[in-house]
Amino acid sequence: MDAAAPRPKENMGEPLPRVDARLKVTGQAHYPADLPTANIAYGALATSSIAKGKVAKLRLDEARAVPGLLDIVTYGDMDKVDKPKFGNSGATSIGPLHDRTIFHDGQIVALAVAETFEAAEEAARLIRAEYEEEKPTATFDSPGTATIPAAGKSPLFKEDVKAGDFDAAYADAAVKIDQRYSTPTQHHNPIELFSTTAYWEGDQLIVHEPSQNVTGWKVELARQLRIDPAKVRIVSPFIGGAFGSKGPMTPRTAIVAVAAKRLGRPVRCVTSRMQAFGTQTYRAETRHRIRIGAGKDGRITAFAHEGWEVTSRPDAYVVGGTSATGRMYDYGSVLTHVSLVQADRNTPGYMRSPPETPYVYALENAMDEMAVALGMDPVEFRRINEPKAEPIGKKPFSSRSLIQCYDQAAEAFGWADRDPKVGAMRDGDWLVGIGCATAIYPTAVAPCAARVRLTVDGDVRLQCGSHEIGTGVRTVAGQMASERLGVSIEKISVEIGDSSLPPAPVSGGSISTASVCSAVLMACDAIRTKLYAAATAEGGPLAGSHNEEFELAGGKILAKSGASAKVGDVLKAMQVGAIEEYAEFAPKGATPEALKKLYAGTPEFHGGEQDEDSVKYAFGAEFVEVRINRYTREIRVPRIVGAFAAGRIMNTRTARSQLMGGMIWGIGQALHEATEVDRRYARYVNRDLQDYLVPVNADIKDLQVILVPEVDHAVNPAGVKGLGELGNVGTAAAVASAVYHATGRRIRDLPIRIEQLLV
Amino acid sequence: MRPFVYEQPADISAAVATASRFTTNDDQPTRANAQFIAGGTNLADYMKLGVAEPNRLLDLNRLKESGLRQIRVTDDGIRFGALVRMGEAADHRDVTERYPVIADSLRLAASGQIRNMASLAGNILQRTRCEYFRETSWQCNKRVPGSGCAAMEGVNRQHAVLGASDACIATYHGDFAQALIALDAVVHAEGSRGARKMPFAKLHRQPGDTPHIETDLVADEIITAIEVPAIPWARRSLYLKIRDRESYAFALASAAVALDLDGETVREARIALGGVATVPWRASAAEQSLQGKKLDEASAEAAADAAFAQARPRQHNAFKIELGKRTLVRALLETRDMKV
Repeated sequence: MDAAAPRPKENMGEPLPRVDARLKVTGQAHYPADLPTANIAYGALATSSIAKGKVAKLRLDEARAVPGLLDIVTYGDMDKVDKPKFGNSGATSIGPLHDRTIFHDGQIVALAVAETFEAAEEAARLIRAEYEEEKPTATFDSPGTATIPAAGKSPLFKEDVKAGDFDAAYADAAVKIDQRYSTPTQHHNPIELFSTTAYWEGDQLIVHEPSQNVTGWKVELARQLRIDPAKVRIVSPFIGGAFGSKGPMTPRTAIVAVAAKRLGRPVRCVTSRMQAFGTQTYRAETRHRIRIGAGKDGRITAFAHEGWEVTSRPDAYVVGGTSATGRMYDYGSVLTHVSLVQADRNTPGYMRSPPETPYVYALENAMDEMAVALGMDPVEFRRINEPKAEPIGKKPFSSRSLIQCYDQAAEAFGWADRDPKVGAMRDGDWLVGIGCATAIYPTAVAPCAARVRLTVDGDVRLQCGSHEIGTGVRTVAGQMASERLGVSIEKISVEIGDSSLPPAPVSGGSISTASVCSAVLMACDAIRTKLYAAATAEGGPLAGSHNEEFELAGGKILAKSGASAKVGDVLKAMQVGAIEEYAEFAPKGATPEALKKLYAGTPEFHGGEQDEDSVKYAFGAEFVEVRINRYTREIRVPRIVGAFAAGRIMNTRTARSQLMGGMIWGIGQALHEATEVDRRYARYVNRDLQDYLVPVNADIKDLQVILVPEVDHAVNPAGVKGLGELGNVGTAAAVASAVYHATGRRIRDLPIRIEQLLV
Repeated sequence: MRPFVYEQPADISAAVATASRFTTNDDQPTRANAQFIAGGTNLADYMKLGVAEPNRLLDLNRLKESGLRQIRVTDDGIRFGALVRMGEAADHRDVTERYPVIADSLRLAASGQIRNMASLAGNILQRTRCEYFRETSWQCNKRVPGSGCAAMEGVNRQHAVLGASDACIATYHGDFAQALIALDAVVHAEGSRGARKMPFAKLHRQPGDTPHIETDLVADEIITAIEVPAIPWARRSLYLKIRDRESYAFALASAAVALDLDGETVREARIALGGVATVPWRASAAEQSLQGKKLDEASAEAAADAAFAQARPRQHNAFKIELGKRTLVRALLETRDMKV
């Protein structure tokens, strides 16, 4: 076992290599824009260079003169198509070609289609828009913003949580802080660019596009095009980085579908990285005010978290991370309020741990400040405020291993050797600082369908319309089938990423492993039941051993009594070539419409804070060391340790990989990542990887992931808590804590940059 | 991308002749119809973005003159052929031993892949990475003369505090150039008017009222070689680059320093600054302030103050003055402490 393949501990699966690893590293994995398509034409977008106003005139003559130009889709050409809807499957309600109004920078004004990619790009560049320009509102503090309460504006954020009498408790608190924090605009920038390839076979539309939600897109695209969802197929076998950006469908998809219809041949449009900043979703900037009051003993008596989030004019996108921060510790009293600030911007959207990344950053930076105010060790401060039940609804946690995570990470990191005095640790010209923070992510699960077939030869075919966004869902779904059917992983083929497969929920909210594995478990267990019934039936190879415990292993049914039968023989006795089961998993507490909604592409999420019996979260603790040069103040992170508990770990290799990627992104959020907005024009400035910085290999030195064993049967049948969005939560606060420890400077606005430490 | 003609001239005279045929002496090399390309790491990028629009590319990679690809050490110094790749020069033993400042400046630039592609002459001619210049929907006096400067009142954290004008504040982002200007390098060029050489310090032009004029070259001139004089004490030299991340990022501030010391006293100092100026920037006032002085933290700080005395900050880049000073102080002290 090496670091990439941690030895499984209790309730953890084997670190099997990804079943698609070889395809990926040898270039044989076909991403949607790579799928071979004959007779293709190329599309390129023309986008607005203003953020507010109207397109008075669009001059197409120069573009039409480009050799190889085939078509231009623009205003008027989408009139027989319905506008997009904002929601789980739709990124925005702005139908850019339905109306000449410009709502944001980089809005689509036309699609040029040509024989070659180069001609399409050149034509798109020569489409000249004349605008009636208005003064746009960029962001917080810009003239013209409208601020509205967030509660009730989104089905995902119903209320501002509260408990007890915050005002009284805060007034009485012996020690208190009242601070403001902020996080910047961020864009996902997956290495795989955004693309749509569309073609029609008669009245059947096929779309190749990287998608985290093929079922939801099928239904939403059919609605826009006014056709039967059965006539739409979305194909997305591999996704080269998603992180939420490929969750909701953007208006481009329908535009390319219309272009393919007009032309009668396939059209592929790959969006440039610059254009993606305006045509896709992003994480909007947030602001926070946090007040914490505590007794001298360190027990928190009062906690208030107010948040402000930027959104677009037409759509109320809310993240509302207070529902997690309000339940994190044993606060006594809680007051929260989230506001939306509307500006002339594209609609934001999901980005890895959408609520927790900004809100837990603010909370954990404040917790560190509070520990300093109390003169208390920050780990001890969290231990003292560990709750028995969550403070809002007083429900128990289905499981909560936060303190075990702190203990194991602290031990591995050597926290005990830290000199708590600010600026006390030095290495030559480098100031050394050490800090820590909590990670949390709600454990949700959604309905999911899967089809599993076991043949007489012992081959297994597993089908599920889930998505390979890099997380390894093919591998863990295969592992679940391998485990339940006693078949080695090599005998299992897994088909995913196609809306013609049994529907799976959106691969977002860290629900995929739990939802998919629960459905696969159901299908496999139905096969087991049939097999065992046939084997034990009169005349069967295990006749007489009814209701006995049994296992499937090595292609055999092994009864507890010691009797065994070959699975192939049982199928032969049944006179069938295969057993196939179609399972529809619905979580505990699902409504009667839950499965119908799964097929409609609007799956219910269960878990997190919503269940009656308990609240469900995964937890972690992260420790970082920073080094800051005493002259030039650049900040480096030589060491980071994270310990995480997330119920059943299906595969320690893929779990570690996701958590490691999260922690690296967390370092980027702390120190590098920010989209710069030109406030005069409400336009994004650093729209490429030259100036939109993320960590490079040289920034990541010693990184350790510890998987802490945890058993939780309440979360879902598979016992799995999602961890894809756990690793990057809290990291930025841990870095801020370490920077304080090194320098005595408390940085509250991300990213933390040299200039904040020079003065 | 616009269609263009692509040619591979066989030798320098053919390249010059072709360029001469399709350009005039009034053409700026960066705006001419015919332009030279070597590694392509800058020009190809800008062609895709619509910033550069040559309709004829003359690829210099097949030029037959072998000197273009050689690094030669003589008694007079070191001569780099124009087509030598950055990566090759960075690892060359004579460079790492005799001129650590040059090796550092190359090693800390770009990424391994880019260093293996980019030529030395192309590197010194790389154009600014100002985002308002790179993206054609913004106003930019450098890209479209007289159109205005969006960076002046915009997001200008990356921009220059030295050598800026009211027309342009775009930073010169290169690293190698700082080492060359500090060491009094000489540039050799050939064009239709013949061969000439010029001090490296004369190659780049400050923006002034004409930020679209970036260098002293004319459109049919090819840089053929860069010579650095023999400076025995340049073994005590380094390049310090401060940036937002550990690798593959432009300098927020950098310093190229070479010191001739007599004990702790400075006989001669060579100082250039990167990431803070519109062109490769020789800090002569800082050099003079150190001459004959004992090099310690106080004299280094005085030199840094002198280097930035004329600095003019904008809204987001004022920190570069303090950071630039500290970078220079640290570079001077680290150079002093080098074991040579």
